[in-house]
Amino acid sequence: MATMKHASQSGLGGKLPGLMKTLAGAVAGATMALSAVVSAAPATSEVNTTGLAVTDDTVTVGILHSVTGTMAISETGSVQAEKLAIEQINAMGGVLGRKIEYIQEDGASDWPTFAEKSRKLLVNDKVASVFGCWTSASRKAVLPVFEQYNGMLYYPTFYEGLEQSPNVIYTGQEATQQILAGIDWVVKEKGAKTFYLLGSDYIWPRTSNKIARKHIDKLGLKVVGEEYYPLGHTQFNSVINKIKLKKPDVIFASVVGGSNVAFYKQLKAAGIDMTDEKPLVLTISVTEDEILGIGGENIEGAYASMKYFQSLPNDNNAAFVKAFKERWGDDIVIGDVTQAAYLGPWLWKAAVEKAGSFDVDKVRAASPGIELTTAPEGYVKIHPNHHLWSKTRIGNAKTDGQYEIVYETDELIEPDPFPEGYQ
Amino acid sequence: MSYEGLRSLLPKSDLLGFAVLALLLVVVLPLSLDIFRLNLIGKYLTYAFVALGLVLCWGYGGILSLGQGVFFGLGGYAMAMFLKLEASSPENTAIQSTPGIPDFMDWNQLTELPWFWEPFHSLGFTILAIVLVPSIFAYIIGVAMFKRRVGGVYFAIITQAVAAILTILIIGQQGYTGGVNGITDLRTLKGWDIRTDEAKYVFYFLCVFMLFVCLLIAQFVRKSKLGRLLVAMREMEDRVRFSGYDVSNFKIFVFCLGSAFAAIGGAMFTLQVGFMSPTFVGIVPSIEMVIFCAVGGRLSILGAVYGTLVVNWAKTTFSESFPELWLFAMGALFIAVVMAFPNGLAGLYNKYAAPHIEKLLGKVTGKSNNAKATVGTQGVAHERQ
Repeated sequence: MATMKHASQSGLGGKLPGLMKTLAGAVAGATMALSAVVSAAPATSEVNTTGLAVTDDTVTVGILHSVTGTMAISETGSVQAEKLAIEQINAMGGVLGRKIEYIQEDGASDWPTFAEKSRKLLVNDKVASVFGCWTSASRKAVLPVFEQYNGMLYYPTFYEGLEQSPNVIYTGQEATQQILAGIDWVVKEKGAKTFYLLGSDYIWPRTSNKIARKHIDKLGLKVVGEEYYPLGHTQFNSVINKIKLKKPDVIFASVVGGSNVAFYKQLKAAGIDMTDEKPLVLTISVTEDEILGIGGENIEGAYASMKYFQSLPNDNNAAFVKAFKERWGDDIVIGDVTQAAYLGPWLWKAAVEKAGSFDVDKVRAASPGIELTTAPEGYVKIHPNHHLWSKTRIGNAKTDGQYEIVYETDELIEPDPFPEGYQ
Repeated sequence: MSYEGLRSLLPKSDLLGFAVLALLLVVVLPLSLDIFRLNLIGKYLTYAFVALGLVLCWGYGGILSLGQGVFFGLGGYAMAMFLKLEASSPENTAIQSTPGIPDFMDWNQLTELPWFWEPFHSLGFTILAIVLVPSIFAYIIGVAMFKRRVGGVYFAIITQAVAAILTILIIGQQGYTGGVNGITDLRTLKGWDIRTDEAKYVFYFLCVFMLFVCLLIAQFVRKSKLGRLLVAMREMEDRVRFSGYDVSNFKIFVFCLGSAFAAIGGAMFTLQVGFMSPTFVGIVPSIEMVIFCAVGGRLSILGAVYGTLVVNWAKTTFSESFPELWLFAMGALFIAVVMAFPNGLAGLYNKYAAPHIEKLLGKVTGKSNNAKATVGTQGVAHERQ
């Protein structure tokens, strides 16, 4: 019955005169019923009208991250998470009765290469969706390609917002979700009055600090310093001296990548014990992955504001961490972005099944409202603006390289990529 | 130019090389590749402009510049600025706090277009700027270095420093330059969508045409007295100087020419790839471009083109087949090139293939050879005077 109803709704209706309509409906219904008997999966012609790489028993997707170059250390976790999710989905029977196969391409930490490879995946390989990118620069580089060839990208990193593409689902947090809750928490729980903003010099830290500054102003508190250092910078002694002079209550840090190692080591060497919380360090950029490089003993006592920590106590996460370690080794740690990358294939699967089709337009239309109750971070839901509703947590870094969760927002925070009053 | 002039510019063996390359780029590749692969070839060819400039500067003049990415970048950025302004019409950018300026300026709280962006509303100015800005910049560096007789390793180090400085400048001034992201989301050229397949074909052939223009200019330099002076300077600079030539002026000229080539390549890159980013300005890409030139053979202008194509094709193929291991394959390739044939592909060709081909050519045109031979020896005698 359900198949009949579906067939008469799909496309053919309306234009055909009555008899033809009934005939067509009956024929379509019969074919569908037949195919249902044969393979239990809907016919390829039904679920793929735009020439994607879908066969009767497989569907091909793309994975596009840097596995070489400076970003490889950060992006490897995302690749592992996406592969794990794909394997788990396949073990459960795949998507619409089709096993997921993936083509992996290397963005090589080079933005034009990302553009080249995304074009290859969409034009040559006709992949049904792509899980990939990490830095904003790489996303900006592939965005026109995805919009031109109507691809679908699941982007895992927490990022600056100010973007809402019909061809991207943002599975990480946009800046306001991460920052506002973090600042509210230090103000309320720790009584912070003065802030020192510090970041790497590119769009994400600058935008994040802009939002942080506006919010601090709104609360009637004070920013006593704001500085940026080039990516890869390793000499933080001068700013640490300035921090010692200004004595802010909070160092709000969005330093990324390898610079973190130098920053936290020098902070410790300069005699600032972060466990004293004078000043308190609140970071939005150091996940468990970065702590591997920094060393737990060098960052002990710092706080991080993000949506996911490996130590998150719930059943979904316990199962996820176990599966991840079984697949990729016991020593591995899982950071915020890795978890967000893991959501990508699952969200896509849910949208495809809701749409009953792999066609990008239909998947897009089906995406808003998709919920995932099995997410390691708890529960997420896709907002019509293509970002996720999610909670924000505050973690306190421990010497073993894990965060102890000290706070969690009560409600899911609505994603707001174009925040009024923060631009 | 007279027929004789043409003959001396493109002697038979060179003419054959040009013809084969033209056949490959204009007929064989477009017919055998789909538009995606052809567009990639077009992208590789934009680096060939840089490699070509390096053949003149380094192979002939002995000036090793490790900062050619600077000029490639300047050309590319000039083109990108024009295209970005066109893409940032007030209608397209209505959601910004200040409509009508590029999106990254808006994100960085700029409220009006900086003065140096204004002229890039004009296509004519942009085309001039693509060639002139890098040339003038190269001239300033050239005067500062060569007039003081800075050369060799010191010059190479300084060009690296320039590349590093420019990258830091572009990344640091992101409100004015787009920062690390570069200038992205370029859409139309005078209202014509540059993202379509048709546009990609047009840009590919435009790129090939420009490459041949540059190749002919390079061939002209090579065959002229200037070319021989460059070789003389490379081998024994003081002797040229004592012969009464102003060595620095020749060096400045060839450095500017190489920069202009690189800049044209950069502009073609922006058109074909659809954006420009600071990753092409820095030290690493600059050195990569020297490698393209070395693989091709640093004394051969056609070798530069083949070298670039081969290295980049290998890079794409390796990285598609072995996403996690391809860098090792590339490393092995470079080591093999340097160990096995230090003069690059052109060296291999000259050693093994060229004698056979010349024999073949000799057979085909054997009859008229006697007459030509005398002209040829006269030419050589003239060259030696």
